[in-house]
Amino acid sequence: MSEHRTVGVPILRLGDVLVTGLLNELDDRAAIAFTEELTARISAEGARGVLIDISRLEIIDSFVARTLMELTTVSRLLGARVIVAGMRPPVAITLVELGIELVGVETALNPEQGLAALGWRQAQEPLGGSRRGAAP
Amino acid sequence: MSGAGAQEIDNICPAETGWPTGKGPIRVSTSEAAVREQLTRALRERDEEIADRWVALQLEQALLGTDISEAELREEADSLVDALVPGLESDVPADRVVTSHPGLHEAVVGLSMRRAQAGATPTATSLAVLALKEALLKAVQRETRDAEELFATAVFINRLLDVAGALSFETYVEGREEIIRRQSQQLMELSTPVVRLWKQVLAVPLIGTLDTARTQIVMENLLQAIQDHEALVAIIDITGVSTVDTAVAQHLMQTVNAVRLMGADCVISGIRPSIAQTIAQLGIDLSTILTRATLADALAAAIKLIDGPGPGGDAGESR
Repeated sequence: MSEHRTVGVPILRLGDVLVTGLLNELDDRAAIAFTEELTARISAEGARGVLIDISRLEIIDSFVARTLMELTTVSRLLGARVIVAGMRPPVAITLVELGIELVGVETALNPEQGLAALGWRQAQEPLGGSRRGAAP
Repeated sequence: MSGAGAQEIDNICPAETGWPTGKGPIRVSTSEAAVREQLTRALRERDEEIADRWVALQLEQALLGTDISEAELREEADSLVDALVPGLESDVPADRVVTSHPGLHEAVVGLSMRRAQAGATPTATSLAVLALKEALLKAVQRETRDAEELFATAVFINRLLDVAGALSFETYVEGREEIIRRQSQQLMELSTPVVRLWKQVLAVPLIGTLDTARTQIVMENLLQAIQDHEALVAIIDITGVSTVDTAVAQHLMQTVNAVRLMGADCVISGIRPSIAQTIAQLGIDLSTILTRATLADALAAAIKLIDGPGPGGDAGESR
């Protein structure tokens, strides 16, 4: 498990899945740096899945939405599936009302379910349905 | 005609400054101060009598149509008559006395509110207020027999109390509107429950029409419930929705999109044949939304959706 700090957002590796999150204060430069670092890590480590936790975000503007969409597209080109997890209800309502659509972006209710969708639960299943076990 | 008289009165009552605005400067204003004086005196000396008469008039006219007791009427009458005296003593023109004097305003508003709540008709309420005219005039009639003076007083009382009648009507309508607002608010809150049907399956039975405000509330409740219950599927049941037009479809799509952004899935159920036809005729595209005819079908679909991604159906369910 390795951790890098470039824009203050750690990117953790769990097997072939990269887990990271977005903080509220994401400006243009930070967003670009984040995208670059994440794509570099995906290609360097051959990740198959990326989980981005956005439960700390209280606002998603069109810029962040576009960043997420681009990230999804780029990751898909690199062979990784991106899941955005933990969007807050007010954020979802605002996005819908502003007509901003996260085209092609997969969402999950929380990181746990996001990881499950990326195949993590399957790996744990032999241990008797417990979702948190030792890493394989 | 009574020019000299007016001069005299003016001298006697220097407090009376402004002539009444606009109307009838010759006919009435000549003795407005005197009229006020006289009315005030009548109110002071005969307040009991006026209130009695007013109550009697209201009972006589059977204007109430409600179960307001005589004692209550009496109390109302006393407070209004009492409030009239300081109202008249102010320098405000007759047609603004009722609205500008706080005590008087409050008395009229309070009376109308009580009537509205008791279920009296607006006509009855304002007629009841206007009945005070007659009571006042009767009292003044006992003071003087002079026709001209009485006429001036009558005009003055009319001006004074017509406003009260209008005010009571307005208050009545406002009172009713307040009730309607409260009820629709309650209806809104009552009619959008989010129920848990199954592990990780929520349902919202929608009833009535789906406008922007409703959509907003449904969306907020639903998304919050999804987060609280960690639900994976939300079923929106529109069996109770009477009509679906483009606006309603738009609102449904918005809700579905918001649910998807949260990471859950959405099923719409209870689409009646007529509504399905309307949707097709209007060319509304709901193809991206999973729809089912009944809530039961939707629940089956939802359970399938939950079990789908997992390794085995039973494992997912019994967890």
